[in-house]
Amino acid sequence: METNYAGETVAVNEDGFLADPSKWTPAIGGAIAVELGVAMSPQHWTAVNTAREEFVGAGASPGLRRLAKKSGMPIKAFYDLFPDGPAKKIARIAGIPKPKSCL
Amino acid sequence: MSAVTTSFTPTTAKKPEPLKKLCIVCSKGSLDMAYPGLILANAARMDGIEAAIFFTFWGLDIVTDKKVDDLHLSLLGNTSMPIPAMIAGLPGMEHLATKMMKREMEKLDIPPVREFLEILQDSGAEMYACKLAMEMFKIEEKDLVPQIKGVLSAGEFLEKCAGAQMLFI
Repeated sequence: METNYAGETVAVNEDGFLADPSKWTPAIGGAIAVELGVAMSPQHWTAVNTAREEFVGAGASPGLRRLAKKSGMPIKAFYDLFPDGPAKKIARIAGIPKPKSCL
Repeated sequence: MSAVTTSFTPTTAKKPEPLKKLCIVCSKGSLDMAYPGLILANAARMDGIEAAIFFTFWGLDIVTDKKVDDLHLSLLGNTSMPIPAMIAGLPGMEHLATKMMKREMEKLDIPPVREFLEILQDSGAEMYACKLAMEMFKIEEKDLVPQIKGVLSAGEFLEKCAGAQMLFI
C-alpha cells in the first residue's frame, strides 16, 4: 500500500516497512520516527545510519548485535533509545527491510 | 489507482494478538539446551515482548559463575546425536564435540552464554534462580552470575507470569 511521509508518497508493506529502500530520504526517516513516537537525536541518527550502511553494504538488515558491534554503541543504549524492539524500529526508520536475525 | 492515506495505519483486522510476555523455565544445563531459552528470550525482547527466565535444576548451571563458561554438549542418551553411544562415551568425546559446536556458533556470531546473559539483562529480560534447586545443589546467591535479579520459589515466579505465555525447556 502507499502512504505519505514528509510530503512524498511511498509504498510500504503491511508492517510499515518501506517497500523500496532506495526511495528513502532522511526526511522520510524523520517522518517515520515521528509516527513511531521516537524523538530523533544525533545518537538515534547514528544508529539509523549505521543500519542503512550495513544494509547497503551487506545486503541484509542488521540484527541488534551486528548494529551494536558496527556502531560501537552498547546494546543497552539501543533499548534506551528505541524502547521495545530496537532493531525493528531502527529498520523502519532507516527504510530497510525488517531484520531477520535472531540476535 | 491505489488509495493514498495521510498516515500509515497497520492492518490489524485479522491478525491475532501479539504476545505480551514470555516466561521461560530453563531446567537443562547442557550447551545445546541452554541456548534455546536464551535465544527465545532475546527474540522476545527484540520484538518488544516482555521476557522472564526461571533457571531451575540443571538450568542453574547456566547462571552459576563457575559453570557458565564450561557447559557441555550432551552426547550420551541424546537421541539427536548421530554419534553411536560406544564412541560418544569415549574419554574426550564430549569435550571435542563441545569445542566443535562452540566453533560453529562463533562462525554464526552467536555469543557465548556468559555474554548472552549480559545482552539479555541489557535488553530488559528478567532472570531468576529457583530457590529450591539452589538449596538442593547447595548453591548460594553469591555463586550466581550478577545478571540474576533474584532467587524465587516456583510460586513466586508463577506470580510474575500473570498474563504471560509460558515455555518449559
